[in-house]
Amino acid sequence: MSAIDIIEHPLGRLSLESLPFYKMSQDPTLQNLINGSIAGTAALIAVGGAVIVAGLITYFHGWRTLWSDWLTSTDHKKIGIMYVVIAFVMMARALIEAMLMRAQQAWGLGGGFLSPDHFAELFSTHGTIMIFFMAMPFLTGLINYVMPMQIGARDVSFPTLNSVSLGLTAAGAALIMVSLVLGSFSTGGWFGYPPYTEMAYSPGVGVDYWIWALSLSSLGSTFTGINFAVTIYKERAPGMKLMRMPLFTWTALCAAILMIFAMPPLTVATAQLALDRYLGFHYFTNALGGDPMHFVNLFWMFGHPEVYIIILPAWGVYSEVISTYSGKALFGYRSLVWATMAISVLSFTVWLHHFFTMGQNANINAVFGIASMLIGIPTGVKIYDWIWTMVRGRVRMTTPMVYSIGFILLFVLGGMTGILLANPSIDYQVHNTVFLVAHFHNVAVPGVLFGMLAGYHFWFPKAFGFRLNERWGIFSALCWIIGFMLAFFPLYVLGIMGLPRRSAGYQQAAYVPLEMVAFAGALVIGVALLALVIQLLVSIRDREQNRSPVGDPWDGRSLEWSTASPPPEHNFPVIPEVTNLDAFTVAKECGEAYQEPDEYVDITMPRNSILGPVLGIFGFVLAFALVWRIWWLVILATLATFVTIIVRGFARDLTETVSADDARREHQRLLERVRISPAISRDDERAPVNVGLAKQGPAKVVS
Amino acid sequence: MSRNYQNFQYPGLNLGSAHPEAHKAAESMMFGFWVFLMSDAILFGMVFATYVTQLHATAGGPGPQDLYDIKSVFIETMLLLASSFTFGMASLSMKYEHGKAQLIGWLTITLLLGLAFLGFEVHDFLSMIDKGGAPERSGFASAFFDLVPLHGLHVTAGCIWLLGLVGQMLRYGLDTRTKLGVMRLALFWHFLDIVWIAIFSVVYLAGLA
Repeated sequence: MSAIDIIEHPLGRLSLESLPFYKMSQDPTLQNLINGSIAGTAALIAVGGAVIVAGLITYFHGWRTLWSDWLTSTDHKKIGIMYVVIAFVMMARALIEAMLMRAQQAWGLGGGFLSPDHFAELFSTHGTIMIFFMAMPFLTGLINYVMPMQIGARDVSFPTLNSVSLGLTAAGAALIMVSLVLGSFSTGGWFGYPPYTEMAYSPGVGVDYWIWALSLSSLGSTFTGINFAVTIYKERAPGMKLMRMPLFTWTALCAAILMIFAMPPLTVATAQLALDRYLGFHYFTNALGGDPMHFVNLFWMFGHPEVYIIILPAWGVYSEVISTYSGKALFGYRSLVWATMAISVLSFTVWLHHFFTMGQNANINAVFGIASMLIGIPTGVKIYDWIWTMVRGRVRMTTPMVYSIGFILLFVLGGMTGILLANPSIDYQVHNTVFLVAHFHNVAVPGVLFGMLAGYHFWFPKAFGFRLNERWGIFSALCWIIGFMLAFFPLYVLGIMGLPRRSAGYQQAAYVPLEMVAFAGALVIGVALLALVIQLLVSIRDREQNRSPVGDPWDGRSLEWSTASPPPEHNFPVIPEVTNLDAFTVAKECGEAYQEPDEYVDITMPRNSILGPVLGIFGFVLAFALVWRIWWLVILATLATFVTIIVRGFARDLTETVSADDARREHQRLLERVRISPAISRDDERAPVNVGLAKQGPAKVVS
Repeated sequence: MSRNYQNFQYPGLNLGSAHPEAHKAAESMMFGFWVFLMSDAILFGMVFATYVTQLHATAGGPGPQDLYDIKSVFIETMLLLASSFTFGMASLSMKYEHGKAQLIGWLTITLLLGLAFLGFEVHDFLSMIDKGGAPERSGFASAFFDLVPLHGLHVTAGCIWLLGLVGQMLRYGLDTRTKLGVMRLALFWHFLDIVWIAIFSVVYLAGLA
């Protein structure tokens, strides 16, 4: 780190050897050629994708729009959409990696075609991306888009901080993408246990990529959690009492509280690992008093609440979807709220079940085993509530409903295997086998991913003003469900047969048939992803037939459906008054929806800010420089970050005003549309005639 | 917002009816900052946990008895407590509108006390490294150099923030944003005082007992 170092190695550890095809060109054995070609292709896709996107933006003269309408925007709706875009891009990558892994294991008898290191990189990036750069941005995006409107607010409490969170998350995602091109990613799994991830055993840049990508993302998530919690506590419309909030907002609140309390342990764990690696500290080393178990504890003190951070919002989506497409108020609203809160609290008491086999005594294991099983109770309450919501409802089998019912059926199975694993004596038998892999995918894919996709289909017409193609949507949903079953049910059996997780190869011929089935499942999931892409393209092509600008295509129940689609930047012409749960349904039934208010007032909105993208760029540069140990750049980026924050303190004039006249004009345009549009019944929900105005049945008393 | 913000009170110093605009704007802002401090407290909690679990992991190297200097630490404690008092005076001076000069005066004293604290602390660290207690030496030394300098870094950040705020005062006077800045920095500063008391008790007093 001395001055001479900086002059002699201005690019730190960066060199030609960092390129993915370097090893192949120096030592062209067959395995090196295969691995190098796969890595090289991935790098080309990453670089090529970036070049094509940049080219398209240039061709359509989109840079100015991109910068001033999107990247610097502090509008919670645009930030939400950008989060979801990140989630989809990262999902595509992690899914391709999953298919490669299944292919490797399908042909894994005696070794497979990938080198063990390459395989280890694949499962490490797959896990890291799916948790931190798919699930987290997806749920953050959905909450960002929907929650402020559900509580009748104009934006989140801290719009600029929101944009900073997005910038940091994007920087983390970009860092992981760069690891495809320069150097290689960690081989230590998504939880990166030391001592394996210490300098002594992993001297390369991989673990450093992992550390800094996670640090950027967890910092962003901490800010997001604070922002969401404060928004829900402070920005609710008059009359929107806590017990009148839509269930999705409740789950957003619980997830936000979990983020506030669960992110710091991760920050500490990765920071201490970084100190070990960079400055020779001894937190988790084998020698000189380091204690690797301490990392494991810290990581799962974050890691277990994290499971509920990602799953609770998905359950909120299911609650909205099932109640809306059943045309009924949510069954057992109060019990759902209490169950959500109970799960949030319990989530902090079970972290030890991730390492029952790592040496604590039987009594401690028993306590944590029982605590883990307890979570099954509130979860069971929820499952029954969702089922009872559908009973005697007017259920429509739309795409989000296909996901929801697939979720209920599959998740119960995943929950059952969770109860099995919560028993330490059973855990000892199947620990570290693919049984565990099957279990957590069985809760994470139907539990989280299906929920996020259901939410994407549900709120897409709100965000863009037209509905997604149903035929492709249902086809994709069925592919997800069938592909999931094919890919993961065999792993339960393989796990009991003794196949260790993360095996690049194996010697038992008996594994092969089931591995082949699992590979077929991965291919079906690949088709599902492809179908999602085609669906989007088809829907954009046919958008004129599927427009629903009035904004309420599904006869929605909460306030976000009461505005136009897409909504104006200030969401509501005047802040609504709330008197009941299911505020918009009540308004429609009492004939109070789409009314002109007595008077319009000026609306204060936050101005755009360059702080988010600028801090995102500096964060990325800092992390990149740290990974490659380019010290002058580390110093420069740190200084730049500090200066930016200080200069920001001197910024004034941070708001702009939407005049009462503009708000009135905007609202009257919507009211005019309401007047001329046909109100449609639920039978025509998917027909072109559905422009987003729902026909009201006979008014009935809603308690 | 139909809530009557005049009646709204949050933990800590409230600006009240003499500063209606800032008092109203403080509602979300101060609550948000309290939430941030909760998250920060968890961060410190985890680092304290690291220290306690690594306390005996000296790996044959020097331990607390060999490294800590209670005299210096006592002076640091007094400096930090005094700086919390002077910050309290600054907050009161802002609330009761005793003028920009007095406010900047109290803040400057606070800054000087903070810098003096940091000076003594750096001196402590250097002398510990001198005695063979550098962080590379053992798990215990690593844990110490995680916890105490983390607090020191927080104080450093607080000092930079204070300078930024004084700069904003000179540029814009006492506008709403500056007032909110002072109120948040005050919470931050007192919070670091509480963390220091925990460090003084858990690290130094318990270590030398």
